[in-house]
Amino acid sequence: MLTDIMLGQYFPGNSFVHKLDPRSKILFTLIFISSIFMATNYTGYMVLGAFLCLLILNAGIPVLIVLRSIKPLWIILVLTAGIHMFMTPGIPLVSAGPLSITEEGLRQGIQMAARLVFLILMSSLLTFTTSPIALTDAIERLLSPLKRVKVPVHELAMMMTIALRFVPTLLEETDRIMKAQMARGADFSSGNLLKRGKNMVPLLVPLFISAFRRADDLATAMEARCYRGGEHRTRMKELKWSYRDVGAGVCIGLLVTILGWLRWG
Amino acid sequence: MSIVLENVSYTYMPKTPYCREALRDINLIIEPGEFIGIIGHTGSGKSTLVQHLNGLLRPTMGVVKVDGNDLQAKASEKKRVRQRVGMVFQYPEHQLFEETIFDDVAFGPRNLGLEADEVAQRVESALERVGLPVSEYGSRSPFRLSGGQMRRVAIAGVIALQPEYLVLDEPSAGLDPRGRDEIFEQIMQLYHGTGMAVVLVTHNMEDVARMAKRLLVMNRGQIEFDGRPTDLFHDTKIQLHEFGLSLPYMTSLLRTLRSRGLDVDDALLEASDVAASIQSALQKKRIPQC
Repeated sequence: MLTDIMLGQYFPGNSFVHKLDPRSKILFTLIFISSIFMATNYTGYMVLGAFLCLLILNAGIPVLIVLRSIKPLWIILVLTAGIHMFMTPGIPLVSAGPLSITEEGLRQGIQMAARLVFLILMSSLLTFTTSPIALTDAIERLLSPLKRVKVPVHELAMMMTIALRFVPTLLEETDRIMKAQMARGADFSSGNLLKRGKNMVPLLVPLFISAFRRADDLATAMEARCYRGGEHRTRMKELKWSYRDVGAGVCIGLLVTILGWLRWG
Repeated sequence: MSIVLENVSYTYMPKTPYCREALRDINLIIEPGEFIGIIGHTGSGKSTLVQHLNGLLRPTMGVVKVDGNDLQAKASEKKRVRQRVGMVFQYPEHQLFEETIFDDVAFGPRNLGLEADEVAQRVESALERVGLPVSEYGSRSPFRLSGGQMRRVAIAGVIALQPEYLVLDEPSAGLDPRGRDEIFEQIMQLYHGTGMAVVLVTHNMEDVARMAKRLLVMNRGQIEFDGRPTDLFHDTKIQLHEFGLSLPYMTSLLRTLRSRGLDVDDALLEASDVAASIQSALQKKRIPQC
């Protein structure tokens, strides 16, 4: 049931991609995503696609599961491709009444869709290979310069970490309360929208109560351990740059160079 | 009629790196009016097993039949089955949600579509059975009760369905010794008073040793023993500690005394019987010495 949902879709593994420092993974993902917009011809897209394929193969995540991450956004994909196909002026290939698909439109539609697919695949690869905790840790580090302008980066990251930490706990709790109410004849899956909403009350009230109770307990526990955020905290798992990150940096630099050369060279 | 499990296996989150086999090839028949204790170490699959009894979980493989109806085949059957097999989860007080105790206990009967009179009557008798008379507690908020009382309200919410089988998952978890005794006493009264079958899940041998007529020992998703508690404690081939369990305190005490040469009956479980047995054994021992 609910617990079958993948959490933050992290796929534990031992590959080169998995072992990269999460900070460099975030940085390189951003560089890759911006480099997508450097590609203007099919060769460029091929290079990007090949690079992405290599990464996915290396991470060892089942291809079907990677492709599944496109599914929630397919409407946007179809819409983008469609609008570009029909709305770009040029030599018409096929025309039906006022609508016509032009050669330029077809090319642009395919390229736009490809850009979106690459974008989605790359960012899901990041979440597939990095645990949520490592991600927040890296975000905290990357944002730490903002501390100079009084942004509470550590506190924000801590809040994110705690929220992520409690996602599975609350899911489990939801599952249990749902089952308990179903055992008392509750029905969560039929009726119209209003009725369904009303049927959620026996689930939501206990869930909120338990969430508040947990928050309270956690606050007490942190207080009892004299938790103070921010300055002078050390970490159990220090993030370290290694030769891997240097290697990955060289790879991504090479990719950007090739793309640049294809475009302007 | 009875609950029948045939070759039931269950795997959590199959085909992901997190997949975990919780039940392996379980065969089990539960008859009406039985008092069954299911005991096993944390993670042995006992909670997973009982969730199959009323169709809350679908077996990955195998068949569950309640009164001869295959739960998997007929979705319409599920609601009826859930009324017949009442299920009290761990920490059931976490499921309370209504403003008054009466309404919370009435949630189940109302879901069955019963008349208001019938609902009121069932709520009254259910609350009576757990020792919280409706006249005194009915209009109070369930959230202002003590932990043990909240749990009893939650149990009443299941009893009000008037099931034929009552499944209780760790009903004593987190209660103090007195609250625990009270809960168990009420379960025993319920069992004798209504004749409903009781399935009691626990990891504490003391809880079930005295009450259950039949004991299932679970380990790593399989049933390792199915029989009378005294047989389990006498069967020296079964090494309970391998399953992460221990003998009831009384049994291990009597066994130790026996091994030290005192002629006591180590099948006893009630404290008063044990005391009597030790006393008479001591007297027997003393006579030839005098």
